[in-house]
Order: sequence, then structure tokens, then C-alpha cells
Amino acid sequence: MDIFVEHITKNYVARETGSPAALDDVSLHIRSGELLALLGPSGSGKTTLLRVIAGLEFANRGRIRFGDLDATGIPVQKRGVGFVFQHYALFRHMNVFDNIAYGLRVRERATRPPEAEIRRRVEELLSLVQLATFEDRYPAQLSGGQRQRVALARALAIEPRMLLLDEPFGALDARVRKDLRRWLREIHDRTGQTTIFVTHDQEEALGIADRVAILKDGRIEQVGTPDEVHDDPASPFVMTFIGDTAALNVNIRNGAVLHAGKRLPIVGSSAGEGPGTLYVRPGHVQLAQTAGASLTGRVVSLRRFSSGQRAEVRLHGTGELVEAELPAGSHVNSGQDVGVNLGQVRIFR
Amino acid sequence: MHDLQKAAPSVTDESNVARYVLIALALGFLALFLVLPLAVVFTQAFSKGLGAYVAALTHPDALAAIKLTLTVAAIAVPLNIVFGIAASWAIAKHEFRGKSLLITLVDLPFSVSPVVSGLVFVLLFGAQGLLGPWLREHNIEIIFALPGIVLATIFVTFPFVARELIPLMQDQGSADEEAALTLGASGIRAFLTVTLPNIRWALLYGVLLCNARAMGEFGAVAVVSGHIRGETNTMPLHVEILYNEYNFAASFAVASLLALLALVTLCIKTWLEWRYADALAAGRRH
Repeated sequence: MDIFVEHITKNYVARETGSPAALDDVSLHIRSGELLALLGPSGSGKTTLLRVIAGLEFANRGRIRFGDLDATGIPVQKRGVGFVFQHYALFRHMNVFDNIAYGLRVRERATRPPEAEIRRRVEELLSLVQLATFEDRYPAQLSGGQRQRVALARALAIEPRMLLLDEPFGALDARVRKDLRRWLREIHDRTGQTTIFVTHDQEEALGIADRVAILKDGRIEQVGTPDEVHDDPASPFVMTFIGDTAALNVNIRNGAVLHAGKRLPIVGSSAGEGPGTLYVRPGHVQLAQTAGASLTGRVVSLRRFSSGQRAEVRLHGTGELVEAELPAGSHVNSGQDVGVNLGQVRIFR
Repeated sequence: MHDLQKAAPSVTDESNVARYVLIALALGFLALFLVLPLAVVFTQAFSKGLGAYVAALTHPDALAAIKLTLTVAAIAVPLNIVFGIAASWAIAKHEFRGKSLLITLVDLPFSVSPVVSGLVFVLLFGAQGLLGPWLREHNIEIIFALPGIVLATIFVTFPFVARELIPLMQDQGSADEEAALTLGASGIRAFLTVTLPNIRWALLYGVLLCNARAMGEFGAVAVVSGHIRGETNTMPLHVEILYNEYNFAASFAVASLLALLALVTLCIKTWLEWRYADALAAGRRH
């Protein structure tokens, strides 16, 4: 099911923060069968957008289309969306079986499947989410990861047009989150369900999504595959939000990139003329001998970073900080003077 | 109690002397102000023997008072359940202007003297009241009749249900209801199958307190009832009339019924608290 978000605008004041959380003329096409991540910092409007698609909130302007169907005015009950909430929202007084069967049992008599069919369907879903022996348990007796899987099974039970997940792994610890992430991807690949999930975790978004839409202040900054948004960010915001970066003030004159008056050996700059900001990721910074290096600085700290090591270097002259990923077996000490060479960079003006 | 058994003293522990003095004070206070009066009620009630006790309760005026009290509670409590749920639903799940004013208004009956609450209705519906002439023209009796007593009781007992439900519903948020809606449930269906089960223990607790107060209310009802024997006398009023006539045994016999109601309420309330604490804890862990 293709989903078209067309010029959605919504103004309101968020209940908790009192700050305006709005959507500003957002248009987005979610392709049938894809797994799309809505990524952004808190207050960027990503959850609001998801809720507008679900019909839990209504926009002031704009349209939502499901394929050829204009869904803008359709109430949430009739939209046929499977929605998974951050804090699961399982019905605490019902056991796992009744939770999953809920969506089938509330159907009108004409479309409600017979109880035997409901049982068959729920058992099928229970085995899909690997909770076959848990049907009599109550939500309070399950772990966070198990609850979220029940919530997913419950959403899938109504055979929804699409699956919408609001920060589905936000309340789980890192290890469970990782397992569930991989598992969500597997379920998606198996069911082929068009899926949108909201997250503020860029690693999560890049890790499992087919495409990522990055939001900021109620606007879409960029939509693209994980590789595109990571390697070819459309704005300084996307650059700094997706992965770590260092920022250097530069000046561009006649196509040459000048940093503190010194020319940097950087090619292919198409940023135009004048002052700008150069962004570089730690993986594209190499430390070298001071002699012959384009920049020099002093190592101020070394720290472990997952499997590798990173050095923080304060540049001589400007005092700007640059982070460099160290190759295995490199010997750098804190306080040492080093040369800094930049690989792939992005310059925005 | 667990603290008493701990081997190592904690900084908040008191010396033994202080501890026993405090316990003795608390127990003494309880005995003097709660247990003793209750014992007096029952001994006085039976002071002229079981026969007199039964006779006092089966006297036509006493039976009329009991019937009236039950009738008033049977009308006031269900209405307050509806009002209470509606008010807490509005307050907990929606944002609107004047919400804090509404919360204050819900609490108003607690802060106003019951006599004043009764007086308000007399000023509104009484013969000399604002709507008095109009009511007389249409032959509608409110003051010194059942409707007035019910109105006063509803007013005084209004906060009980709402005050139990508002914090719980605010704590639970609306995600459960939203989940039910996305699964295709209608609004009313979501309310019956999701909201109501989520609040059932708190609701029961509120209803219990509301009922106890509805049956026991004196001040507001005394103002609007007119004390017509066998007609507009509720149990608390009947107790007072008998007492003023120096008919102590009969007075305490009726009073013992009210005391019994209080004891039963207390027992159910304790049981509910124990149950409800469990359910609430599950809700929080959820």
C-alpha cells in the first residue's frame, strides 16, 4: 500500500512541553512494502506525523492518501492501521491471547470471524512473534521485549494496510533493542507489510530501514537510503545528526578552501564563495607526522569507541576540536603534537 | 515493622523509649476517640435489651427513615458515578480552558460547610427562594421533600468518585484507548472494554466512600428536609430527634445501624486497598 503524505500542516501546542510542535507543509511518499524510518530529535514532529497518518490526530491542512483512497477524513477505526505504541499500551486486564484477539473480536458481526478462526489466527501470530507458550500470561508478567512483541502481534492481527510504530524500542535496554530491531526487519521481510517507524536513534534508523526521512522543526530535511543520508547529507543538520562530526570554520576563495588563512588540499568543492563550515566524520580524519600535514594540533584525550579508539585533537591556532578514528595498532599519546589530514569532507555555507 | 527487626540501626531510628511513647500515644488516641465511642453506641443500643432494640428499629418512623436513606443513596450514588466518571474523563484525557477551575469546583463540596450547601438549595428552591414562586405555580416540591434531600446529598458527595479517578486516569494516559481505537473499536466499546476495567478498583473505592457519606450525611440534609417524621427524616436525622426526646436506647439503636454501615465500609475499603494497591502496582509496572 503506497502512502502519500501531501502538504500536511499542523499547528498546536504540545501538552507536556508547551512548546510548539508542528508540521509545516510536509510531503512524503512511502512506497508499498518498504520499511521507512522517521528520524529526528525530540520536538521535530516525527511522532505527530505518524499519528496524523494513523488518524489519531488531524492536520489543519493537507491530505493523506492510501493508494487511490483519500484517507484524510477517515476515522482511525476505519483506517486499518496497525499501530504500536512506545509503552506498548497492552490491555493490562487481558491476557496475551485476548490482547491479540481484541481487534478481531470488536469487529461488527458481519465481518467478525468465528471464534475458531480467531483462535487459529492468534496462534499463528503467537508463533510468528515467538510467544506460543505465553498466551495465558498477563502483560505485567512479561518482560519489556515480550510486551512489545505482543503489541506487534496485536497490531498485525487486524491485517492492517500498514504498520506504524512509535519509538517501538525506546523503552527497552540496549541488548533487547538490538535483538528486536533485527527481528522487526525479519518480520517485515516475511510479511512485506508497508512499515513506518519513528525513532530518534540514528543507528537504529540506518540499521534497519530501507529509507530514512529526517525531520527537523516540523519539516523534512532529507529523504533517502541510509547510505545517501549518511554519505551525502543535504544539510548541516543532517550531517551532524547522522553520526559524529567535527566542524571547522573555513573560507572559500576562488575555489580554494582556506582554514585560518591556510589552504587545505581539498578538491571538488562546489559550495560557492565566502565563509562556510567544513564538516568531517571521525572516520575520515587521519593523524600523521606534523611535517607536511595540512593541519596540526595536540591530542587532548583518547577514548574507547565500541571496537576502536578515538583521539580528540585541538587544532593549533584556532583551538577547534577534531575527532579522529585511530586504526588498530596506532600509538598516539595524550598531549602529543600530531598532523591532521582530512579525507572526505562536506562544506556548507 | 520491618525496621524494628533490623539488626543495624538506621539514622532514622528512634530510641526505644521514644518509640514506645509514640506507639502508646497513638493507641491511646485511637482507643479514646474511635473505639470507645463505637463501644458506647452498641452498649447504649442494647441497654434495654434485645427486644427494645428490635422494637426501636421496626418502629414505623424508623423504618420510614431507613427506607428514605436507602432511596436517597440509590439515586444519589449512581448519579455521582456518572458525573464522577464524566468529570474525571474530561479532566484526565482532554485539554481545555478552565480545566484547573473545574478541578477546584469538583473539590468545592469538601471545602464548604454542609449546612451552607443545604442553605444554598433552600435559597434557590425554597418558598421564599429564587425559583420558589415558579415551582409553587407548577406544583413541584423540592425543599422539605425527597428531591431536595437527593440534591443536597448529590452536592455533598460529588467529589468522592471524581477524586479517586482523576489521578489514576491521569497516570494511565490515553494510549490504551488509542490502541483500542486503532484496532477498530468504537468509542463506547473502547470505554467499556478498556477504560472501565482499568479504573474498576478505584471506581469501586470511590463508590463505597460516596455511599457511606450519602447515607450518613447530616448537615446539608437537615437544612432541606424539614424533619417531617415518617416522611422526610433520614436515619441520621431520626437519630437526632430520638436523642432530643431523651429516647436514648432507640436513638442509639438506629445509630448502631449507621455505625455498622461504617464498619462494613471500612472492612471493604481495607480489602479494596489491598486489592487495589496490587492492581495499581501492576499498572505502574506495566
